[in-house]
Amino acid sequence: MNALKIWIGKSGLGSVLILALIILVVFPLTMDLFRLNLVGKYLTYGFVAVGLVMLWGYGGVLSLGQGVFFGLGGYMMAMFMKLEASDPVTTKIQSTPGIPDFMDWNQITELPFWWEPFRHLPLALIAVLLVPTLLAFIISYAMFKRRVGGVYFAIITQAVALIMTVLIIGQQGYTGGVNGITDLKTMLGWDTREDTAKYILYFVNGGLLIGAILLCRWIQMSKLGTLLLAMRDKEDRVRFSGYDVSMFKVFAFCLAAMLSAIGGAMFTLQVGFMSPSFVGIVPSIEMVIFAAVGGRMSLVGAVYGTLLVNFGKTYFSESFPDLWLFLMAALFIGVVLAFPNGLAGLYESHVKPLFGRRKAKPETTAAPGDGTPHTSTGGKPLSRGAPISGDVQGQSA
Amino acid sequence: MADKKDPIQAPLTDTQRRKMLMGMASAPALMMPAMTWANAAQYPTAKVNTTKLAVTDTEVVVGQLHSATGTMAISETGSIQAEQLAIDQINAMGGVLGRKIRVIKEDGASDWPTFAEKSKKLLVQDHVACVFGCWTSASRKAVLPIFEKENGMLYYPTFYEGLEQSKNVIYTGQEATQQILFGLDWASKEKKAKTFFLVGSDYIWPRTSMKIARKHIEGHLRASSVVGEEYYPLGHTNFNSLINKIKLKKPDVIFAAVVGGSNVAFYKQLKAAGITASKQFLLTISVTEDEVLGIGGENIAGFYSSMKYFQSLDNPNNKAFVEAFKKAYGPKSVIGDVTQAGYLGPWIWKATVEKAGSFDVDKIAAASGGIELKTAPEGYVKVHDNHHLWSRARIGMAQADGQFKVVAESPELIQPDPFPKGYQ
Repeated sequence: MNALKIWIGKSGLGSVLILALIILVVFPLTMDLFRLNLVGKYLTYGFVAVGLVMLWGYGGVLSLGQGVFFGLGGYMMAMFMKLEASDPVTTKIQSTPGIPDFMDWNQITELPFWWEPFRHLPLALIAVLLVPTLLAFIISYAMFKRRVGGVYFAIITQAVALIMTVLIIGQQGYTGGVNGITDLKTMLGWDTREDTAKYILYFVNGGLLIGAILLCRWIQMSKLGTLLLAMRDKEDRVRFSGYDVSMFKVFAFCLAAMLSAIGGAMFTLQVGFMSPSFVGIVPSIEMVIFAAVGGRMSLVGAVYGTLLVNFGKTYFSESFPDLWLFLMAALFIGVVLAFPNGLAGLYESHVKPLFGRRKAKPETTAAPGDGTPHTSTGGKPLSRGAPISGDVQGQSA
Repeated sequence: MADKKDPIQAPLTDTQRRKMLMGMASAPALMMPAMTWANAAQYPTAKVNTTKLAVTDTEVVVGQLHSATGTMAISETGSIQAEQLAIDQINAMGGVLGRKIRVIKEDGASDWPTFAEKSKKLLVQDHVACVFGCWTSASRKAVLPIFEKENGMLYYPTFYEGLEQSKNVIYTGQEATQQILFGLDWASKEKKAKTFFLVGSDYIWPRTSMKIARKHIEGHLRASSVVGEEYYPLGHTNFNSLINKIKLKKPDVIFAAVVGGSNVAFYKQLKAAGITASKQFLLTISVTEDEVLGIGGENIAGFYSSMKYFQSLDNPNNKAFVEAFKKAYGPKSVIGDVTQAGYLGPWIWKATVEKAGSFDVDKIAAASGGIELKTAPEGYVKVHDNHHLWSRARIGMAQADGQFKVVAESPELIQPDPFPKGYQ
């Protein structure tokens, strides 16, 4: 029993458990369906934020193009649902019945061949997982093998996001253009707009997110996680120890891409449409902000950050329709100034010591109390199996 | 579902404030309160609201959903102001069925998913009786499934591409054929134009409009042809290659549907290249008084625009409207086609509610066909059974002061035809 308790504490599963309780029990009990559906939408961004914790917080690779993968996942789900919604009977008013309405508007008379696989749900689901991962692999393999990293990599991911937006908007006959793919109703005949469907999708989404966090936690605690941290702090040392540094980075990038794609697909299912406004540079940077507000070293922190920012966005824009952008900016600046390590850093430096005081052991006195712990500066010892809510303690240097 | 607040009861909490407002409203016209109460008593809430809308004995809540921030804010502000003006005027007259209109304003932030989120909030949480909103086709497409699912009512002010008709939307702007065909016929007849060069921004509205224009030019105008058709991404600002093509083809008409910020670059570069009104005939379907503010009157003077409304229209309705608008929003404010269409929304809704004797969306949808508005600034309009408006088409010539001089007007109201046969 005691051993289990220690293990849970050490692995940080306690905080995951609390998050799971909040998402799967507290929210559904306290919110009406409309708000719950909104939370479900926010949580789909949580997938991206969790991916960014692995990629940016652990791997030290900042990507400003995660919207590409979120969008790809969402678009492929949307393609499946759009084909189902465009049966010849409901589209009989078109010049070519049976193809999506935006294709008809653009004078396309038959379904492009690469849309065909999306008639089948299993193929569509496989594509949701594989296509973004494959794209991520190609981009990151090409970059990391040539040792392009840091700020240059971030710029390239931005370029990819821009290219993707231009491509989607420019090829509107095949993608729906600026409007995106709209009017999605059913999945295999199951009406996703019904109240019960909304509840089911919310729980599926929440469950998947918790699963994603557990997977990432497991990776963090494995040797791979340690290597990622080592690479982030002293890449050359790891390389000279005989590891293929680039492939680890490729792995982290692909993992983050796949998680983002799952988020995108869940977004489409819950919101009922997909548009290029999720693919561009601005949404991609917004997603980095979610992770930064939550704390980029903390998986659960990233989810809290996503929720906080989006709740703020919704609340401010509903209450102060004319002022809300300023309030959002104030929130970002405030969080970054006051807690450079995000919510998780705040928890580590201010809340946790309160709990720890009673059973304080000699070495915990080294925990930082100044509120400005620093991460990722070189020479920091590896913290294998650090608590999930962040490894930002200064530790015994 | 789990919402414990009864939507009908909730607004009662600020009775105090409402009483004060009503007191203020009654000050200028002492007759009004008596009329209002009599009217409201004639239509008991239980009867006019059987679908749990936010309607009480004294108040009806409506939503307004436009972009107050982001790239579209510059375009949508006019609609926001015009709708608010109409609502204020209706309230000053005693409201709708004796109930004052209260507006819940939401910001779509030029972002289509946000439009979807906010429209859902207005319908599901606030139970608004109707929504005045949206501007771009993309935002309308994003909210349409929600309005259909939750059975809301949207009054959409922008001229748009057609190919859509919904029980849950009233389109107070023109669909494509109402704006395009008259202009092309006029160009062919009055200006003896034979060759047309089509240019537009690259999205659904210009694409569909140009498709209709091409079919009309090739099929219905005598010995006319399209000598070029070009599209540029939204926000595109370099039109040099286009200008070269125009110089090469020497079309009789440039028929333009370039939107937003691209407009400014488009007309300035035309002028810089020497393509001005003295040498070239240009007809646009995307420039209103609002756009001219950005383009600059001197850059577009002499070119023609095809709309249903211009601020300079000479009729008593419009004079009163322009005066009220300037009084509310400053003497320098201008009124474009969409702004006027936004102004129609609340008035048409009021007329429909009074005809139906109910706020229920189903009854309003059914009663909309045949609603007339004799007080519209653009003149007389009528709602067709397909939820679009009968309206006139007009051609205006841009003046250096930013206004348009009306040079042609369709003799009859043009019937809306969102799914034009032979043009698809």
